[in-house]
Amino acid sequence: MIEFDEIQKRLILEIAGLHKVPEGAYNFRANGKSAGRASTENIEITTREGGSGLVIRVKPGTKNESVHIPVVISETGLKETVYNDFYIGDDADILIVAGCGIDNCGGANSEHDGVHTFYVGKNAKVRYVEKHYGSGDGTGQRILNPVTDVHMDEGSSMEMEMVQIKGVDSTERVSTAELAKDAHLVVRERLMTHGTQQAVSKYDVILNGDGSSADIVSRGVARDHSYQKLDLGIVANAACSGHTECDSILMDEGRILAIPSLEANNLEASLVHEAAIGKIAGEQLIKLMSLGLTEQEAEEQIINGFLK
Amino acid sequence: MLELKNVSYQVEDELGQKEILHDVNLKIEDKKYVVITGPNGGGKSTLAKLIAGIWKPTAGQILLDGEDITDLGITERARKGIGYAFQQPVRFKGIQVLDLMRIAAGKNLSAAAACEYLSEVGLCAKDYINREINASLSGGELKRIEIATVLARKTKLSVFDEPEAGIDLWSFQNLIRVFERMREEIHDSTILIISHQERILQIADEIVVIKDGGIAEQGPLEALYPKLVGTDATVDTCDRLK
Repeated sequence: MIEFDEIQKRLILEIAGLHKVPEGAYNFRANGKSAGRASTENIEITTREGGSGLVIRVKPGTKNESVHIPVVISETGLKETVYNDFYIGDDADILIVAGCGIDNCGGANSEHDGVHTFYVGKNAKVRYVEKHYGSGDGTGQRILNPVTDVHMDEGSSMEMEMVQIKGVDSTERVSTAELAKDAHLVVRERLMTHGTQQAVSKYDVILNGDGSSADIVSRGVARDHSYQKLDLGIVANAACSGHTECDSILMDEGRILAIPSLEANNLEASLVHEAAIGKIAGEQLIKLMSLGLTEQEAEEQIINGFLK
Repeated sequence: MLELKNVSYQVEDELGQKEILHDVNLKIEDKKYVVITGPNGGGKSTLAKLIAGIWKPTAGQILLDGEDITDLGITERARKGIGYAFQQPVRFKGIQVLDLMRIAAGKNLSAAAACEYLSEVGLCAKDYINREINASLSGGELKRIEIATVLARKTKLSVFDEPEAGIDLWSFQNLIRVFERMREEIHDSTILIISHQERILQIADEIVVIKDGGIAEQGPLEALYPKLVGTDATVDTCDRLK
């Protein structure tokens, strides 16, 4: 039986939506140590050589199973880098829920850098959810620098939901992917920064196989004096299609830099980039105010919807 | 009762001051069904926006049930019972039809109740309730959702700014039915519609003709309607060219 304190329970609820230990395979990491682990017949979780993370192996053909690997940090001043390697067998169809919550009430910086490498087998399907959350009123920063590296074999598909809505002071997210023939990658990123937070999100997606595709949509809201840099890049080396979209709302003194980059090295490649940065449209506020909301309530509804 | 006293609205453009509405005096009695009509550019939509509080008059007063609401903002007027349907409905990324209906109703409206309002405006509710109010909806669909949000508010004064605009694919008969039903069902409410459509004019108790920034005529349907049919007030410029 795993015992968590109240802060840890709250963090786990925020990042993984869990009230209790989930069914299926899981590994809970709390304050730098494993706090509980379970493998299943089809999903094996072991400690990585040297003890710096996990190896998660999903047997070929595994269907409708899930892996939860939440990380919580409630000690101030804890810094860690964890390497998790995922081997997804051919034809598997699974859900992976990762994420990190930091509660820092102290004066020292707390930092978790998760390096996740995925090897997605032929025709396998993965849905990956990664949520980051920070809380605590200490002066120490909450820092998360996730690295996600995805290798997708023929016919595989992966849908990634990357969410960071609250409380992370500094983040530098680096995501790379390479796709073989007929592989499909979908990324839905949601970022909200406030206070003096800084967030950098960089995607480098390489489409190597004919018929492969990538669709990367990043929605961001920069409030107060925060800053976001969104660097979405796709390189097309085959007859493939790619779409990136940065859609951002500015509030207060927030700043956003969007850097689209598309590189086509094949005549049959088709790449599209869209980017829009602006404040909330006045007519949206007026519409909701005409339904009886105050300006502030209207703003909240618009932001909540946008980041849903 | 809604009352406009000596209301004027001026804007500044490169040619200097321009008066959109000049010294408008208008009384809308309770439980009436009033259609404001008149040629394009006459100031009809401006009047609707002044009533909803989106713009402020540069002179004059607006009274609702005797209370001066001239300086009240959009939210306060909405809470006092004024509803306003946009001529060009607004899109929202991520907000779903049910979310907007709930905001409009001011409570956690059940999906079934929201569906009733959508059905009333001719939308097959189950197909729409979870749709985002974004660019994937057509102009006509947005328009119908817009009207449904105003119905869900159950306000004492509802202002519809050209409800017929942009719904050409929806059978026009349906729209007329919506407004006819409104007339039958909402006994305690006042409906103010800005429209060019003869069919909508025919449902009115009273017609107000706005032209060149002022009220040209006001009176009961029977008295005014015969004078208006086929004139600038009821026929769009494009139709006149045909």
